Amino acid sequence: MIKGNSWTLKLSAGFGFLFLYAPIIALIVYSFNKSQLVTVWGGWSLKWYGELFQNEQIMNAAWVSLKIALISATLAAVLGTIAGFVLSRMRKFRGKTILSGWVTAPLVMPEVITGLSLLLLFVALENMFGWPAGRGTMTIVIAHTTFCLAYVAVVVQSRLASLDETLEEAAMDLGAKPTSLFFLITLPLIAPAILSGWLLSFTLSLDDLVIASFVSGPGNSTLPMVIFSKVRLGVTPEINALATLMILAVSIAVIAAIVIMRRQNRFQGP
Amino acid sequence: MSVSSVMPQTTSHEKLNWRQNDAEPFVRIEQINKQFGDFTAVNNVSLDIYKNELFCLLGGSGSGKSTLLRMLAGFEAPTSGRIIIDGVDMSNTPPWERPVNMMFQSYALFPHLSVEANVGFGLKREGLPSGEVQKRVADMLDMVQLGHLARRKPHMLSGGQRQRVALARSLVKQPKLLLLDEPLGALDKKLREETQFELMRIQEELGITFVVVTHDQEEAMTLATRIGVMNNGVIVQTAEPHDMYEYPNNRFVAEFIGNVNLFEGTVVTDERDSATVHCSDLQEMVYLDHGVSCAPNQSVSVAIRPEKIRITRDAPDSPHNRSEGVITDVAYMGSQSIYKVRLLSGKEVRVTQPNVYRDSGDRLTWDDHVYLSWEPESSVVLTS
Repeated sequence: MIKGNSWTLKLSAGFGFLFLYAPIIALIVYSFNKSQLVTVWGGWSLKWYGELFQNEQIMNAAWVSLKIALISATLAAVLGTIAGFVLSRMRKFRGKTILSGWVTAPLVMPEVITGLSLLLLFVALENMFGWPAGRGTMTIVIAHTTFCLAYVAVVVQSRLASLDETLEEAAMDLGAKPTSLFFLITLPLIAPAILSGWLLSFTLSLDDLVIASFVSGPGNSTLPMVIFSKVRLGVTPEINALATLMILAVSIAVIAAIVIMRRQNRFQGP
Repeated sequence: MSVSSVMPQTTSHEKLNWRQNDAEPFVRIEQINKQFGDFTAVNNVSLDIYKNELFCLLGGSGSGKSTLLRMLAGFEAPTSGRIIIDGVDMSNTPPWERPVNMMFQSYALFPHLSVEANVGFGLKREGLPSGEVQKRVADMLDMVQLGHLARRKPHMLSGGQRQRVALARSLVKQPKLLLLDEPLGALDKKLREETQFELMRIQEELGITFVVVTHDQEEAMTLATRIGVMNNGVIVQTAEPHDMYEYPNNRFVAEFIGNVNLFEGTVVTDERDSATVHCSDLQEMVYLDHGVSCAPNQSVSVAIRPEKIRITRDAPDSPHNRSEGVITDVAYMGSQSIYKVRLLSGKEVRVTQPNVYRDSGDRLTWDDHVYLSWEPESSVVLTS
């Protein structure tokens, strides 16, 4: 039997992590490279971070991305909470399984298909109703909300499933009508799940390239789209710096989500 | 520590009113049925509970006692039948409008609220001014001796403290009826005993009618004014603790409450003031000092409690109510000893004797040949 800390275990764990993170570490290290050439080490420098903040195209794209991520994460949090609530609380009815399948399908749907189908929908809607007029921030927000909603719904649903139902019964017993029950007891108890769903949605929206490429219009390029188009002309050290900052932002969001869920579990524990 | 400022005190003559034939029941459960799919959880139960009672619903898991309690609280709707509390039909009253509060087995304290806010939750829903809420919460926390922990969150409390917060929360709205679901189940033995008496004291002081659900027969015996024993969705017997123990009306109750020795037999004679039963396991007839209203030759069970059997080395004088045997097991429990005696027929009988003397010298032990005997009024004849 392999003991808890045997050197083989340590070695294989180390190897695994190296495999996962070596490329990212290389990228971060090279973002501090002084040299003009991406692959040649020329000593430490912060110069590319400085250049990055001077680059108007990148800064604009970053602002667009941030705006979209904030709005769609918030919309997804609201709609996803409602969906998760319905899924976990509705008593068995015909088609409940199919409905919950539908809500979570975007989790496994290839992004190309999601993007393409949304594009077709937007075009059809514009032809029929004249809305949404053209494609831009609005259509990206709608698209991102659609697939982020699924993540929030899943997180909220699992939180509700593990929630002690007697807490809600106790509140009713003490005179809380259904609305005040929801806002005073249920919502505070699932708030950490909603928040971590929001953070997940935020990072997903910030990272998305494929869907955004389908549904964005001229002048509304998101950050990943700008990076992708720049990289096709050759990687610049500037992009390394940008990528490092994005990794930092996403890591913070993900760690925050994990910490929130952890704290909540300890807090709700027996 | 007085509660008279919180609620009016009751007077003792109001009690025991389930013994009076003309008393108006406070809670009427009328022919309640509850089906879950094909499963009948509660089967045609009718029960009257009177004001100021501490009524215990006693039964094993799946007996339907919790379902009945949840129907009183309004969390489950009966499939048929109705529940009337203080003269009002509760059929269409949602839980938040019933004059009933419940203390949950898991306590169900709101984890995100402080002790104070937990206890005040129900009062705030009534729309009371915050000054009064604060005052009543403080009074109630003092009563359960938790005033100093008002600002704590539930996860910072011990099990016993949580139990008292739950109790305070369910009492603070001054419900007409308090439902308690296994209120002492999660406490350790010593704390449980203390809390039992605490509960009885509070119930007497506040004059609230309590309905307690429990699976613990000792707890029911200590707490209750009356006990309803449930089995398979049916109330098998309703009686005061003493009557339930001494005069069980069927085998299930006799075996469920305390320990009992059961002997199968047939009725030989049945007069108005005496009866005899022949049991194949016993050498002599069982003689009772009262009639049993049975047909001759009807098969019955004779139930004898272990502590009502005398165990002696010498043959008793009486020609009835005796049997010989050999001690197969002795358990010394301090205050009493438990003996297992194998009768000549091979049947094992359980006998308990108080250890009155510190060292009786001639102590009964394994393989001793002994006589068992009991008084004519000590045995109970059960027909079902």
